[in-house]
Amino acid sequence: MTLRRLSLTVLLLALFSNGFAGVLPEDRADVLYHLYDGGGVEIDGPSILVRKKVGKSLSFVGNYYVDMVSSASIDVVTTASPYTEERTQWSLGMDYLHGNTTMRVNYVISDESDYDAQTVSFSVSQDMFGDLTTLTLGYALGDDLVRRADDPSFQRDLDKQTYSVGITQILTKNLISTLNFETITDEGFLNNPYRSVRYFDLTSDVGYSFEPELYPNTRTSNALGIRARYFLPYRAAIEGEYRFFTDTWDIEGHTASLSYIHPWGDWTFTGKVRYHDQTGAHFYSDLFARSEATNFRGRDKELSPLQSYTFKLQAAYEFLSDDGNDWGFLKKGKVTASINMLHVDYDEFSDLTALQPIGSEPLYQLDANVFQVFFSFFY
Amino acid sequence: MKHRSTGRILLALLVLTGLSACGPIEPWVKPYERDKLADPIMALDGDAVSTSYIQHVYESREGARGGEGAAGGGCGCN
Repeated sequence: MTLRRLSLTVLLLALFSNGFAGVLPEDRADVLYHLYDGGGVEIDGPSILVRKKVGKSLSFVGNYYVDMVSSASIDVVTTASPYTEERTQWSLGMDYLHGNTTMRVNYVISDESDYDAQTVSFSVSQDMFGDLTTLTLGYALGDDLVRRADDPSFQRDLDKQTYSVGITQILTKNLISTLNFETITDEGFLNNPYRSVRYFDLTSDVGYSFEPELYPNTRTSNALGIRARYFLPYRAAIEGEYRFFTDTWDIEGHTASLSYIHPWGDWTFTGKVRYHDQTGAHFYSDLFARSEATNFRGRDKELSPLQSYTFKLQAAYEFLSDDGNDWGFLKKGKVTASINMLHVDYDEFSDLTALQPIGSEPLYQLDANVFQVFFSFFY
Repeated sequence: MKHRSTGRILLALLVLTGLSACGPIEPWVKPYERDKLADPIMALDGDAVSTSYIQHVYESREGARGGEGAAGGGCGCN
């Protein structure tokens, strides 16, 4: 039945075909260094991505990514001890172009001391209406294993499925837009095995105690995103983006951003502001009335009502251009540096490190800087 | 059973839409008018290595996810 549906989908996509050929992504290699620094957490590491065409209809892509984590976050200092760990991720993908249909498969494997993740994804894209429109259908299946560093016998499964539909549309000779809809379903162990919730406890000196959090075993989310980029009357571009998010945990989110891209000689400068606002999960509480007060309970600050603000600056310098280079097989090279300054206001997450009496703790705020430097080579 | 009929009707509608689209629709932006759209500053995902990283950061720091393309696996919880 699934195969039959897939055949129908491919047939449907083929009907839209009108003889224009699609294009494979360009060959390139990127070497990136990333650093996240904020809220007592430092995460850095490399990411290396290589993409290469083989023949006229195949393109392969591979990525190696590392997170080296040193954490003394607000969660960790409140209920546990600072720790360090490393996460390594590999991915391998292939694009196959036939006429104006592109099929993609991708496999990602991620490994850390207490969490393993594998994801297989598949998508089909079809260019149509004179290449003005590209329709993409995607599916991904994730198989995760959650463990505890302090308990070798602890193992829990988590399965994820992602369904996506996207349309990229050229609207005018200066304007391009995309519309993406994505449904993600999770089933399995969804809470963090180390995190605790806080509840009133008059027998404790501080007036509260902690117990392990307990999440529902399922979550389904829907996200609808729209993005448009416009070429200004002079050589520069402006981009607007909006996303609406909702899920079965009662989180509803609105995300909006505005970017400005300005080339100047061999340089390209980008500035971006982003705003995100969300409601909290129905089982979230900063302070529960008593132990085991509700069926499900969580105190993950990311599930609290919050607002986040990001300001990004980026500069890219093209040190090797298309015309007249003598770098052998290399056509183009550029180096890019960026900083994202992130600020988050949590509406219902108290900063317990302030050591204030219960009920009068200040709300927690997060400030983090995200740095990226990467070299890109095109061949 | 009801789901099946609804699915068939939707499929038929999509096929009809597809067939009608194959005919008279003319691209309103001609290939020779796409020089500005082909400029690298108009690339919607110019640097995948950087975009997927920053999406992973947002998914770790906010409760929302999806709708912007794929992000990496793993936890990054604390």
